[in-house]
Amino acid sequence: MTQTHAPTSAAPVSASVPMMQLKVKVLRFDPEKDKKAHWTTYDVEAQPGDRVLDVINHIKWYLEPSLTFRRSCMHGICGSDAMLINGRNRLACKTLVRDVAKNGGTITVEPIRGLKVEKDLLVDMEPFFDSYKAIMPYFINESPAPAAERIQSEEEAERMAHSSNCILCACCTTSCPIFWVNGSYLGPAAIVQAHRFIFDTRDEATQQRLGIMNQNTGVWRCRTAYNCTEACPRDIPITQLIEEVKRAVMYGQA
Amino acid sequence: MHHRYDVLVVGAGGAGLMAALYAAKGNVSVACISKLYPTRSHTGAAQGGIGAALGNVQEDHWEWHMFDTVKGGDYLTDQDAAEVFAKDIIDAVYELEHMGLPFSRTPDGKIAQRKFGGHTRDFGKAAVERSCYAKDRTGHMILQTLYQQNVKAGTTFYNEFHVTDLLIEDGRCRGVVAYELSTGELHTFHAKAVILAAGGYGRVFKITSNALTLTGDLMSIYYRKGLPLEDMEFYQFHPTGLAKLGILVTEGIRGEGGILRNDSGERFMERYAPTIKDLAPRDIVSRSIITEIREGRGVGRDKDAVNIDLTHLPREVIEGKLAEITDLARTYLGMDPVKDLVPIQPTAHYAMGGIPTDLNGLCLSDGNGGTVEGLYAAGEQACVSLHGANRLGTNSLGDLVVFGRRAGIYAAQYARQVEFPDMPENPERESVDLFDRLRNSSGKDNAAAIRKELQESMMNNVGIFRNGKDMEKQVGIVQELKARYANVGVSDPSRRYNSELIEAMELGFMLDCAEAMTASALNRTESRGAHDREDFTTRDDENWLKHTMAYKDLNREGQVQIGYKPVSLKGFTRAFEPKPRVY
Repeated sequence: MTQTHAPTSAAPVSASVPMMQLKVKVLRFDPEKDKKAHWTTYDVEAQPGDRVLDVINHIKWYLEPSLTFRRSCMHGICGSDAMLINGRNRLACKTLVRDVAKNGGTITVEPIRGLKVEKDLLVDMEPFFDSYKAIMPYFINESPAPAAERIQSEEEAERMAHSSNCILCACCTTSCPIFWVNGSYLGPAAIVQAHRFIFDTRDEATQQRLGIMNQNTGVWRCRTAYNCTEACPRDIPITQLIEEVKRAVMYGQA
Repeated sequence: MHHRYDVLVVGAGGAGLMAALYAAKGNVSVACISKLYPTRSHTGAAQGGIGAALGNVQEDHWEWHMFDTVKGGDYLTDQDAAEVFAKDIIDAVYELEHMGLPFSRTPDGKIAQRKFGGHTRDFGKAAVERSCYAKDRTGHMILQTLYQQNVKAGTTFYNEFHVTDLLIEDGRCRGVVAYELSTGELHTFHAKAVILAAGGYGRVFKITSNALTLTGDLMSIYYRKGLPLEDMEFYQFHPTGLAKLGILVTEGIRGEGGILRNDSGERFMERYAPTIKDLAPRDIVSRSIITEIREGRGVGRDKDAVNIDLTHLPREVIEGKLAEITDLARTYLGMDPVKDLVPIQPTAHYAMGGIPTDLNGLCLSDGNGGTVEGLYAAGEQACVSLHGANRLGTNSLGDLVVFGRRAGIYAAQYARQVEFPDMPENPERESVDLFDRLRNSSGKDNAAAIRKELQESMMNNVGIFRNGKDMEKQVGIVQELKARYANVGVSDPSRRYNSELIEAMELGFMLDCAEAMTASALNRTESRGAHDREDFTTRDDENWLKHTMAYKDLNREGQVQIGYKPVSLKGFTRAFEPKPRVY
């Protein structure tokens, strides 16, 4: 089924920028009426600097109001709009049209994989957050705190720079082939969160965290496919962080 | 479905999460409702820092911070709130560090601090390094850390539940009604105390740093009950949003030495704020930028932006301390701040006004000391009147931890002392009506089209520069859009995740916020802080050193009644006389 036309561009860029004609193929599924997912194609106009999210919003607002997906901040910090765009996990608000399509081309949009599809592009995030909660994702230091801050060197703080950059969008975990076939694997995002605390010099629960990572749902399931690193919209070197956690488990220390 | 908690928190950004943590410490049952997943809340978008007079880099004192807050607010700041804030924030920042927040560090391992707009030493003499930061993702780290601590504390969350009504009867809050997005079911939450912390309403403007979800829901629901919204005319435009997109570029960019330049490369802030130049407060910098643009010195295809210049800074600073915005400029504009000037323009950013509260977060029902028993508010949603007419950079993150904490403490204390109030008969009635109206409308008007007209007209008529003629026009436009809104049709009949229905509901909330804001702005015939009128260009302390309280007239649709509340001109130990505000 093809629905037609889009009168205006979504993003507020100058009118004099040349418009692109696009087909946007969306994998749709409404459990209240569909037995299985089906592709629907929408013809839209867009400017090269539009975000894919601008285009999807446009489809929702002016062509197909029932189209369902999550979105919030529009600039890659809230992590709501992870989806498969042209076969790759990305944030729709951090992906520009010109980077995924040529004039007259097609953009395909599907839900991220490995989590149950609730409706259209919206998936059940609960298993993802269950894995997050399983790694004790919180700072633990039961020693009496000083009146001011706990001292930490610039180098020690920098150790957490990559892992604390995670926005829990699930792009990494849902691009991991091990996660697809084995839902009990905690997955890259949870391991990145564990890394965040294992390598925090102020945290006192390192051994407990390494124990969780050493379980059969933990780091040893990783087969170093690098999909997670490629998928991360914030350029976190996830595979490297997982390797660091593996080494810490192996040698019993961080 | 029916639920019961001693304390119920609405919203899971910084203020809501802090309130939930502190309520739980008060030995009461607590739940937190969010229309998003908590980690998606907009606190995560705050970049530059949280100001506190730790004195880690330069000498600093809470009195200086209090003074900057009061002066920054153009003396509409309540000074008792500013004193409590400037003292409490020091402990609150240490507490965040004790919760594990990964702050950037000084060479001797303390929390790092940098300059920010309007932060000065010696009561305005020169800029001071007061903003504590975690690179340029301080809000992200506060949000993550507070969520983590709530996971640790076992807080119960209702994620993707959209509050549709506040149950208030006989001046007493009794709970809320919420719509569960995944099922389309209504839930009634019976509570001894409710804390509102659901954020701002920046989406009423076309160019905004705010998330799509910031639609003023709870402010509107409060206002629909005939309760007042305070100081709605004071809406902050952040000077530096990425051109055309409005995506926030932190003030930290100027704190680290970034310079604003017009089309001829001139550092124009030297003309507007000779003492602190690019580090002047936000209202002043925003007006200066718009003045440059109006006088033909803008840059870009439409000459509607100015440039921010970082090219003289070392690459390590740009890619290290300002990594987030470097990524944003590269992603969205294809520009590299290391070698390119980046075009920026002011972007609608922060509501100084909102639901009025006292210093403990208790909601006010009028300007004469009346309160709503059992109802608290904190964060951008609330107006404890810390920010007055213009909020200083970093004071929003400070506000939400200081006053989120206080709301949590006092709500729990109250809940321990009282029994559950009786519930109103048929508590879901109003919510059912609201959805029925939207679902059964046979109208063909499109919610997105109305929203777009609202955003464009608010930008043009109640933006950075204002005048009576345009605002009168806007009063009419908002009424016309409300009339059309009554006929908006929702075509998707589904129960599960009906986001068309939710977006239509949110538009109704936005229209209310715009109505209260426009009426408040039209009424205030002076220029103060972010409220700058071309037809009343000076500050008028004799007539206007008072807070606006805007009430919806429940008998006459579209009419707003304006009342007032005095400004607290004294703190507990300090007081700063209103003076002309120059930098």
